Amino acid sequence: MSFLPFAAAAWLFVVGLWGVVTSNHLVRTVICLGVVQASTYLVLLGVGYRHGAKAPIVADVSPHARLVDPVVQVLVLTDIVIEATVAALLLALVVQAHRRFGSVDPARLRALRH
Amino acid sequence: MSARARTILFVVAGAGLLAVLLVGLGALPPFGHFRGALGHAVMARELGARHATDYVTALNFDLRAFDTIGEEAILFAAVTGVVMLMRHMREEDQSQRRRRAEDHRFQGASEALRVQALLMVVLIVAFGIYLDLHGSLTPGGGFQAGVVLSAGPAVVMLAGRYLTLRRVAPDWVIEAFESGGAAGFVLIGIGGLIFGDAFLQNFLPYGTPDQLLSAGTMPLVSIAVGLEVTGGLLLIFSEFLDQSLLSTTEGQ
Repeated sequence: MSFLPFAAAAWLFVVGLWGVVTSNHLVRTVICLGVVQASTYLVLLGVGYRHGAKAPIVADVSPHARLVDPVVQVLVLTDIVIEATVAALLLALVVQAHRRFGSVDPARLRALRH
Repeated sequence: MSARARTILFVVAGAGLLAVLLVGLGALPPFGHFRGALGHAVMARELGARHATDYVTALNFDLRAFDTIGEEAILFAAVTGVVMLMRHMREEDQSQRRRRAEDHRFQGASEALRVQALLMVVLIVAFGIYLDLHGSLTPGGGFQAGVVLSAGPAVVMLAGRYLTLRRVAPDWVIEAFESGGAAGFVLIGIGGLIFGDAFLQNFLPYGTPDQLLSAGTMPLVSIAVGLEVTGGLLLIFSEFLDQSLLSTTEGQ
């Protein structure tokens, strides 16, 4: 059981890649990339978790209590911000591709053929 | 490459990748038994002295603040990229199209929905400001608050008052939010150089824990980040909405 979070993360990574590879719609490709990134959140949070520990907010918990590692949580926060902005940039590119090629099917983008 | 060949290639490669990932992740300490020295040392020696009760914010806006500036730069660059891409597409005869877009109203926006939206905006903005100011005390901080704050005007857009909003908060106001936030963060960093020893060093008194004005520069950084995220997200929303309004009026 203790391996389950990491197994789920590996699964999410590969499933997201599967979605990117087989996608027939560029918006779907962007969403699948988000699934790939979600696996990194799981790995980081899974790494930092300690049994019986509390969240690293010491407003109503003693600072000497057993706390979850805050360092990886900050990394996840950074990760989420980057994911959101990259998704926005990619979606803008999708709009641009639709304007230029009249399609959002990756197989129909003329510039990408050959 | 045909779709079929690509699928077969991925099934083989993906199975290999999954195996490698599982073996690699299996070598980590078991779930729930993390004994990372860094987090422990940081909590024991550094964070307690900073009088912030939210350790995640303390790391993000103080100990790791230099990283956070890099993160902000990525956010800034991505938003600039979106704006450039979208505006590049509508260079031709924009004023005429915009005038046509002025007439656009969402068909389903009833009076009740609009009143509701107004009510929501007040609540959302109040909650966003609360999150921003209490970043060093409770879960929250600039990034989360920025997302919440930008949701307020987004509700107005969804209720069909998009162009009213554009008059109240035109692009230059939103852009000023974004760049002002980014500049504010760097200025606080330079303040560390002037009043302290290093860039981004905390140079204000730490105050009493659990008070609103505690944890030194963290609340200021939180406000700067909040401004930037709010401005950046609003710019993204309004660029995409502009685009969709223009394409619907073009279709008519």
